[in-house]
Amino acid sequence: MPTDLPNGPQSGASIAVRDLHVAYGGTRVLHGVNIDFTPGSFTALLGSSGCGKTTLLRALSGFVPVESGSIIVGGQDVAGLPPEKRGMAMVFQSYALWPHMTVLQNIGYGLKLRGKSKAEIAAKVSQMLSFLGLAGYEDRKVTALSGGQRQRVALGRALAIDPGILLLDEPLSNLDAKIRMVMRHEIRAIQQRLGLTAVHVTHDREEAMTMADRLVIMQAGRIAQIGTPEEVYDRPATAFVANFMGAENILPLRVARSETGATLTTGDATAQVATGAGAAQALPAGEAVAYFRDDVARLDASDAAAGEDLLVPGRIAARAYPGGVYRYRVEAAGRQITVDDADRHELGTTIGLRIPLQRLHIFPASEAGIAA
Amino acid sequence: MIRIASSARMVLAVSLLAAFAFVLIGPLLNLALWSVAERWYTPFKLPVTYGTRYWEQVFRPTGDAMASLGTSVWIAVLTVVFALALSIPAGYALARLKLPMRALFMLMFLLPQAFPSVAIYINVARIFYQIGINGTVFAVVLVHAAHGLVFSVWIAAAAFAAVDRDLELAARNMGASPLRTFFTVTLPLAAPGIIASGIFVFLESLDEFTGTFFVGVPQVTTLPLLLYNAAMGGNYQVASITALILLVPSVLFMLFIERFLRADVLAKVGA
Repeated sequence: MPTDLPNGPQSGASIAVRDLHVAYGGTRVLHGVNIDFTPGSFTALLGSSGCGKTTLLRALSGFVPVESGSIIVGGQDVAGLPPEKRGMAMVFQSYALWPHMTVLQNIGYGLKLRGKSKAEIAAKVSQMLSFLGLAGYEDRKVTALSGGQRQRVALGRALAIDPGILLLDEPLSNLDAKIRMVMRHEIRAIQQRLGLTAVHVTHDREEAMTMADRLVIMQAGRIAQIGTPEEVYDRPATAFVANFMGAENILPLRVARSETGATLTTGDATAQVATGAGAAQALPAGEAVAYFRDDVARLDASDAAAGEDLLVPGRIAARAYPGGVYRYRVEAAGRQITVDDADRHELGTTIGLRIPLQRLHIFPASEAGIAA
Repeated sequence: MIRIASSARMVLAVSLLAAFAFVLIGPLLNLALWSVAERWYTPFKLPVTYGTRYWEQVFRPTGDAMASLGTSVWIAVLTVVFALALSIPAGYALARLKLPMRALFMLMFLLPQAFPSVAIYINVARIFYQIGINGTVFAVVLVHAAHGLVFSVWIAAAAFAAVDRDLELAARNMGASPLRTFFTVTLPLAAPGIIASGIFVFLESLDEFTGTFFVGVPQVTTLPLLLYNAAMGGNYQVASITALILLVPSVLFMLFIERFLRADVLAKVGA
């Protein structure tokens, strides 16, 4: 879609957030947040609703006052500055296009403020519109556009002022699934071409993983984990992150350390982790909880050899066919576990739930209690 | 059986509609009839002689009616300017800023309506006499504005509250100062509601009688006062024509409201 660049690659600005506290009407929403956004990076702020991700974005943009802490953009602390002095452009969830203006007036608004002439504005807007695949839409009313088109106009308005920083507040959540997929790639491609520093708020895990270089998982006004999509997905730092990233199956475990490694026990099943595996040292001793995804476990015969895996005996309680694989609900170790398996099994069958040890995310029971 | 029931319902519906139309249109018809009746006396059910003599009399450039129409419109325009100059900032503050005792402020504008107007205006007239502004257009404008402010402030507050905050934040984000944001985004979006409130104040001023009577007479004669004098003097023709003239702006206003004002603005009035 993007045909040519309205302006050459530019460098995004860096943002450093230091010990940021934000409160809304007496309720503390952010409790000391520290993050660095490097120039040209695409960061997704991810978390369930009420975790403070939108508040963090609005604090960056200057829409909510900061209680304490600093937001340093290119060496200057902007925490005390009003929104118009921060040089950040935001794309709103509601698009926030001005209904009394045309597409041209919407996209040209920021340029007009910067004292550009009518001809300059018209040229830049026309360039921006062809860049966004909306050539010739200048005189349309924004109220006459479809959701996807409004989204692009909103993006165009933000990009028209050549911002160093692009803030995206769940910009895709009002679009239907198909257009959302297209826009993910478009936004990512534009950010890459222009070299912008992008901060994207979303509650959609897949959206965050496909668009961003780096995820920031937030929980109750604090940062739970910062890392690349692979790091956060494969090596969650806390039980909350594991659960949030889709490891929704929970098995209670007991970990016994020994000279040779560690022994995991759940119900009637046990497994050995050798010291050499490296993972053994990281395991918590005593009561623990293991998290794993639906798609990492397999169904096997209850008397199969465990080998390197944890083989938990269980019974099939329910079956559904969402397409491609069967999805089972298995009762094992006193818990309800959801497992995907390619083969069809009858309800009530006793099976062995096979989980590769390295796919288990194990946390002390005391910590896991918070997330569950 | 069913047919009888349905035709009975039909008859009932038609007669109810007819009664409704009579109540609504009857007085207007009477006015229209009186305005073209040159001679009409008992026992005749309809005017004896029809003609436009009184229309000519009313619209004669030197006539009292045109002069008082001019006075009425001038006062109404000044009242609108005065009321909007107060209600735009007040409405914005009530809609957007965190005001302590917000409900009390809203109620304060309602206060002039809460007491019998004659009692209020007698006292207002007394005070205006003391400071020497009784019988001036300025005094009448003040009285009309006090009366109109409750509508204009409440409607303006509703109009500002209906403007999505994100639209203002988007303008700030693009680099606009708070003042610029107000004039390029907030005010244009609230404009239909504010214009409606202005028209409402205009109409209220145009047919306001009691206040004008107490603080304006005898120097200031507005159209309603002329109507009153004509009716008291038994000149039903001039009274009817004056009443019909007063009707025109109201009808135009209704058309405007229907055409331009969004339901979500109306829903926020007084909230």
